[in-house]
Amino acid sequence: MISDRIASVFNEPDCDKNRAKSDVDRKKGCATKGLTPGAAAGGCAFDGAKIALQPVTDVVHLVHGPIACEGNSWDTRNVGTKGPMIYRWGFTTDLSELDVIGGGEKKLYRAIKDAISKYDPPAVFVYQTCVPALIGDDIDTVCRVATERLGKPVIPVNAPGFVGSKNLGNKLGAQALLDHVVGTLEPDDVGSTDINIIGEYDVAGEFAAVEPLLERLGIRIRACITGRSRYVDIAAAHTAQVNMMVCSQAMINLGRGMREKYGIPYFEGSFYGIGDTSLSLRTIAKMLVERGADADLIDRTEALIAEEEAKAWAAMAEYKPRLEGKKVLLYTGGVKSWSVVHALQEMGMEVIGTSVRKSTEDDKGKAKRALQQNTTGKMGELFGSIPNGEMYRMFKDGEADIMLSGGRSQFVALKARTAWMDINQERHAGFEGYAGMIEMVRQMDIEINNPVWEQVRLPAPWDEVPVALTPVHTASAATPLAGAAE
Amino acid sequence: MTHHAPASVTKVRKALSVSPLKTSAPLGAAMAFMGVEGSMPLFHGSQGCTAFALVMLVRHFREAIPLQTTAMSEVSTILGGMENVEQALVNVVKRAQPKLIGLASTGLTETRGEDMIGDLKLIRARNRELDDVVVVPVRTPDFSGGLEMGWGKAVKAIIETLVPEEKAPSSQNRVNVLAGSHMTPGDIDELRDIIACFGLEATILPDLSGSLDGHVPDTWIPTTLGGTTLDEIRAMGWAKATIAIGEHMRLSGETLETRTGVPTTQLDRLTGLEAVDRLMTVLSQVSGRPVPTRLRRQRNQLVDALMDSHFAFGGARIAIAGEPDMVWAYATLVSGMGAQLQAVVVPTEAPFLSALDTAEVVVGDLEDLADRAEGCDLMIANANGRLPAHRAGVPHFRAGFPIVDRVGSNHRVTIGYRGTRDLSFTLANALMDVHEAHGTHGQDEQGGYGHTPITLNTEQEG
Repeated sequence: MISDRIASVFNEPDCDKNRAKSDVDRKKGCATKGLTPGAAAGGCAFDGAKIALQPVTDVVHLVHGPIACEGNSWDTRNVGTKGPMIYRWGFTTDLSELDVIGGGEKKLYRAIKDAISKYDPPAVFVYQTCVPALIGDDIDTVCRVATERLGKPVIPVNAPGFVGSKNLGNKLGAQALLDHVVGTLEPDDVGSTDINIIGEYDVAGEFAAVEPLLERLGIRIRACITGRSRYVDIAAAHTAQVNMMVCSQAMINLGRGMREKYGIPYFEGSFYGIGDTSLSLRTIAKMLVERGADADLIDRTEALIAEEEAKAWAAMAEYKPRLEGKKVLLYTGGVKSWSVVHALQEMGMEVIGTSVRKSTEDDKGKAKRALQQNTTGKMGELFGSIPNGEMYRMFKDGEADIMLSGGRSQFVALKARTAWMDINQERHAGFEGYAGMIEMVRQMDIEINNPVWEQVRLPAPWDEVPVALTPVHTASAATPLAGAAE
Repeated sequence: MTHHAPASVTKVRKALSVSPLKTSAPLGAAMAFMGVEGSMPLFHGSQGCTAFALVMLVRHFREAIPLQTTAMSEVSTILGGMENVEQALVNVVKRAQPKLIGLASTGLTETRGEDMIGDLKLIRARNRELDDVVVVPVRTPDFSGGLEMGWGKAVKAIIETLVPEEKAPSSQNRVNVLAGSHMTPGDIDELRDIIACFGLEATILPDLSGSLDGHVPDTWIPTTLGGTTLDEIRAMGWAKATIAIGEHMRLSGETLETRTGVPTTQLDRLTGLEAVDRLMTVLSQVSGRPVPTRLRRQRNQLVDALMDSHFAFGGARIAIAGEPDMVWAYATLVSGMGAQLQAVVVPTEAPFLSALDTAEVVVGDLEDLADRAEGCDLMIANANGRLPAHRAGVPHFRAGFPIVDRVGSNHRVTIGYRGTRDLSFTLANALMDVHEAHGTHGQDEQGGYGHTPITLNTEQEG
């Protein structure tokens, strides 16, 4: 039952936020807050499940529902992965009025069959949505029957939109992997330095800045869940030695589940920011050695970190003169924003604030400490969500020179004629690892120092105070000539 | 126009839609509500219904988009969503002070069979703070129709809510225009100018040129930035005539005529010589003035443009997909200059497209278009056509909704003599790039017809 599955996700013992709650609050779940009719923003559970799993590039992602669920959203999230493009094609049963009346299960089965015969994917992921959930379409059974009859894994992802938020959907998506995919394939090349990266979506192909670092250390990525992964990688993910949890908010249940089921330890880390990248590499090495890898891995890792950090800071120093003193508003979900804050401060920028909407208490503490490090001595603020009107005022009043945020708030900055840079999943530049931080700083320089900002802030000639025409100024402007007459 | 056997308009029977062409009816309704000043569309559904539509509209228009949700949960769906509608209306009024709220149902609430319109009466009766806001309810289940249908239903609902049912004395210089969803903000501006040339003033509903034309306002406005004002809409009964543009505006035109007695002229499109000639005739009759010199000169330029351009179109094979009225405008333009319509795909039923000069109009998706587009010189489709075009090895010209990977598409003018002239040139240039890349027109030097994917200098493969 979906309700049991949701309850188990709400009960997540490894979630910091959850641990801090009372028993009563925990039962209420994490999806109820924020859903105020007429004042809500953000995606639904289906959205969350879909984006968490979409980066599995070689499977058919089939959305069972009316056109809105896939027709209004497909091909909006690309990963940088080269190779199969099947994940970008947009598959849906496009339920019609007749399907709603007669039930959609048969249509779903036929759609799965067509997808397999036409596109021959290693697996089909079937996403439940609100309308078929409401009319009682049982996708679990359809998927089971399809798997048996068609000879390919057909995975039910049971996260209809109305069960909750996008974040809950992320977890339900992860749960589907744990329940139906991980552990279904035994590879013949298991190694002592195999790891999985969980909650890494390879936005704009940015993982390409991290993978070579691991390769140089002889560490192999068994599965990157889900960016850059193929179906078989995830199916064999249970054979890795260590799991790194990049975005713990999204898939913590997968990490915990794999620890319980397969004894794989996990840690939480990040590849955003110089310090965090180093810390993550260090932790991976340490944990692998604890699990039996050669002890020299630790020294080799330290050597690599020293070399890469020096290179990165040297490269970034070039941008410092052009970024020094500029004011930044960091407006993200707030997850791990402190690692970016540190890099900005190193550039002499003043981080006027960062949002911590989706952060745990621990995250908030770290973000707060990071904001105290502003070299200007002025401490940045922790923001919850800033209403658009207030944000617009901040830019108009010159409180920030640039905003780093997702596309949704882009136009608040632009309408206030203020520089903006995308740091969300739709962006086109990769910011991970050492190279990614250099890239982020480079992109900021390009954006903030673009001559267009001076241009667009010029007043129109008719809006300018007509200096030359007012009597007082006419006199002063004409002084040389007037002087001659005097 | 040349005479030919009617095209068959057939729905592809398949369970699996691949690369959907269709977007949802609520999204179309939201877009229509964007064309009313001070408005806030509100979807009665799960918050994802709103989030997807919002992101798509933001990406297409490159503007902040006001759009809210009643945030239905599993529990409220089962128990009934009236409370959510009530809370949403009260919250939206409190936070954004809109003049109009466009309340569109979704597949979720329609499946349960909510009586949204009946609920609304009760809600208004017990919440006096809603007295000053106009609420326009419209039923748009996602499983019925697509963008055009949602747009058409919303416009009809706006008329039924705001335009009084009475025959008013007609003003000498006012005309109503019911604009279709395929008209860009640029098209609306152009049409208003054309109408002004006849000494007439237009009430254009919906008017995206005021709200989504990409201007930079001096303050932050939480609702639409502009659009048709409520007073203008209420006064539509005073106009001398109404012009409805596009098949999906027919019903709204009839509704307005029935309510007010203002005669409606249905125009199928405003792109193409004959089509614009018909607009001129109507405006000349309504205004009692001859067609102004400026427009006569533009017509003459268009005639020349059609001749200059037709060399590129003659014999060229075109694949086109989009909402029916957009397809009608583009397809008649290119086939009117000798191009062959090799593949025509629309997302929803559109019997009127049987008049197109082609054998078959397919009701389907972009997979169907790709399947039929092999060997074509150009594919005309929205931004989602990029992968299907690549697969079929055909250059892609972006038109329709959404266009998320190009700037300026909202200012593209495709109507009137001037807009038709520029569109003919743009399309002809795209075809000339193709011919250039393929060698001579038709066959290349090697005697083959090279259908390797090529990149137009303006339309890069994504």
